[in-house]
Amino acid sequence: MSAMSTIDIQVALALNSPDRRFEVDVALRSSSARTALLGPSGAGKSTVLQAIAGLLPGVHGHVRVDGTTLLDSARGIDLPARERRVGLVFQDYALFPHLSVEQNLQYGLRRLGRPLPAQAQERVDALLAQFGLDGVRKALPRHLSGGQRQRVALARALAPQPRLLLLDEPLSALDPELRTRLRDELAQMLDRVQMPTLLVSHDLADVRALAQSVIRIEHGRVVGSATAPAPA
Amino acid sequence: MPGPLTPAMLQPLLLTLQVALLATLIAGVFGIGMGHWMARRRFAGQDVLDAVLVLPMVLPPTVLGYYLIVLVGRNGPLGPWLEAVFGIRLLFTWQGAVLASTVVGFPLVYKAARAAFEDVDPRFAQAARTLGSSEREVFWRLSLPLARRGIGAGLALTFARCMGEFGATLMVAGNLPGRTQTLSVAIYSAVQAGDDPLALTLTLIVSALCILLLVMANRLLRHRQG
Repeated sequence: MSAMSTIDIQVALALNSPDRRFEVDVALRSSSARTALLGPSGAGKSTVLQAIAGLLPGVHGHVRVDGTTLLDSARGIDLPARERRVGLVFQDYALFPHLSVEQNLQYGLRRLGRPLPAQAQERVDALLAQFGLDGVRKALPRHLSGGQRQRVALARALAPQPRLLLLDEPLSALDPELRTRLRDELAQMLDRVQMPTLLVSHDLADVRALAQSVIRIEHGRVVGSATAPAPA
Repeated sequence: MPGPLTPAMLQPLLLTLQVALLATLIAGVFGIGMGHWMARRRFAGQDVLDAVLVLPMVLPPTVLGYYLIVLVGRNGPLGPWLEAVFGIRLLFTWQGAVLASTVVGFPLVYKAARAAFEDVDPRFAQAARTLGSSEREVFWRLSLPLARRGIGAGLALTFARCMGEFGATLMVAGNLPGRTQTLSVAIYSAVQAGDDPLALTLTLIVSALCILLLVMANRLLRHRQG
């Protein structure tokens, strides 16, 4: 199913800050289950993810996932982030600190002033079980280990059933020892969820373990790409 | 020696609590709204607007009182309209005392709310948007709960400031015993009339209440850091 999905993205934008002007123009097409953007820090990888998620203003180009257009600046289509159904796992996870693990997962399934539908709770329960978070469902994020936080962030992004999953440096918030261990664990989790995924990393080992195709980015531009079979 | 609790003390005390509570509520709504709005935007002239909003904190209360008299008085731009539409008269009424306290208290809650909202990591809102949240949802489910301690401290300070409001209240609401005479105005009157036991009792009441509020505000702020 996910092997059939295609992402077709071309995003261009200029970031202006007092100290630097930075232009990003990245185009990519992929029908791999998981695609990685690889590049040094400061290459604009995270910016690309935010542009795809709809979090940045003034993005030109297009974002299509499985034939659904989320952005097409030439045709005046620019869905707001809340309507894109693009799950984003932030580099340091951005878990809501005042909500428990379970409430973090419920967040995207509940609307303001309405009770959580029974179906949604079933989905939350299933995700808690799938990601081994049952035992910490009432815990606040600050009481979790690094690995648990990562799983909560992933489960929270998956809860509203996004059409595309974005992972921003999924392993960089972890210390080196844990990182090696969680690399394979994350790869297995991503295998199980079967969701078209775009991830960014500066670490070749991460990219090798997690993605089937790789796109290299430097200074906001694509400089090369490769598709390799995922390691067994 | 402080005197016993008599109607002469209870009346200003109850009126003060009523005025301070209402003023804190109104200043709270506007201060939180404005603080949130200012925390999320950057525009030309923002510093000037911020200065205007904080101005009541540094202007002499009599100057504020005078502005309010000019604004809501019978010949002011707002006075006749308020009376025609809402039937409220603000000069020499307890509602006028609420207005004075609201204006004086507003900067405290506005500044606290703005700082508290600016402290909330913007990535939480971004994460919420990717999870389907509207801006209204982001405010009620994330920004407000995450800023609650800073805002709570600001509200406690605002309430304390409103309890002690004197100058602007005296200008706008006057000093009518039983109608517009708040604690701080009653203390002034008692001293003028040579009624030291009354003045002392009221002074102790105000001091105790304000200490309580400041302790509350400190606790809220300490939790926020912890």
